[in-house]
Amino acid sequence: MKALQFAFRQTIPVLCGYLFLGMAYGILLQNAGFGVLWAFATSLFIYAGSMQFVLVGFFTSGISMLSVAFTTLSVNSRHIFYGLSFIEKFKQMGKLRPYMISSLTDETYSLLCGTKIPEDCEENKVFFLISLLDHSYWVTGSVIGSLLGEIIPFDTTGIDFSMTALFVVIFTEQWFSSRTHIPALIGLLCGGLCLLLLSADKFLLPALILTVAFLIFWKQSSTRKETLL
Amino acid sequence: MTPSIHAAVIVIIVALCTLFTRLLPFLVFGRKGEPSPMIQFLGKALPPSVIAILVIYCIKNINFLLPSSIIPQAISITLVVVLHIWKRNNLLSISLGTICYMFLIQYIF
Repeated sequence: MKALQFAFRQTIPVLCGYLFLGMAYGILLQNAGFGVLWAFATSLFIYAGSMQFVLVGFFTSGISMLSVAFTTLSVNSRHIFYGLSFIEKFKQMGKLRPYMISSLTDETYSLLCGTKIPEDCEENKVFFLISLLDHSYWVTGSVIGSLLGEIIPFDTTGIDFSMTALFVVIFTEQWFSSRTHIPALIGLLCGGLCLLLLSADKFLLPALILTVAFLIFWKQSSTRKETLL
Repeated sequence: MTPSIHAAVIVIIVALCTLFTRLLPFLVFGRKGEPSPMIQFLGKALPPSVIAILVIYCIKNINFLLPSSIIPQAISITLVVVLHIWKRNNLLSISLGTICYMFLIQYIF
């Protein structure tokens, strides 16, 4: 009980964030013609916020399955980095380990990194509860959004901008917290170039591949990048 | 394929690929040692690049010849950036930016 209370207090900021963004996602999905079961299942099984916003666009476009896979791997490539911090820690969690690995989102990662466990709480229990609570907020938010989307009394035209705003916020945050802007600039350049040369529904995969190529080229040609990143 | 089977296949691919990115460090580096420098490098360098591409992905349908298509986006994106630099509050930046955009395209443009 103490562990639950403690875990809940830690997750309150994520509660606000996930309910709000989850609702925006649910409404967006509903507007695209996909109801509450879709919201529930995607949030439960995919559970990757930014990727799910991109997913709504996939439903209504004729995107190839190869592009879907490559985009997902690229968008979620940051997970590799998150997992690295918890390889040793999750080993001690026994039966809970598979769940801890598959529910490691950006927000859960930051909470698990930043939480000081009080002495009267069992650490594994607190870790698990933080992950579980965050997951439940996300699923709840998207289900509420989906239900609201059906009955909402005002015009929701333009609510899809919440996705643009989300990525602009992440972009701004990363811009000011990283020492080098080269990766961000490479992304902007490759994205912009591919959008100019190809059609709007075909530019994503080439842009991602080109970016990975440029990043590898940058790493090979620079010897200082480890200190830059 | 019917639209809902098509969508279900997409969901399954996205779910499996997402799970794969989460499992990868534990599968490859779970037993011993450090991951290769290239993997470590991409883990750090790729996310900012991908976010930049996703920003472009979001505005890909703007018609750059149509002021009524550009202006609401430009104003709202600027608002999000300025608010975020000023307050550093994700929810505030996203919600006010979205409300601003909805107001602009519903009532002004």
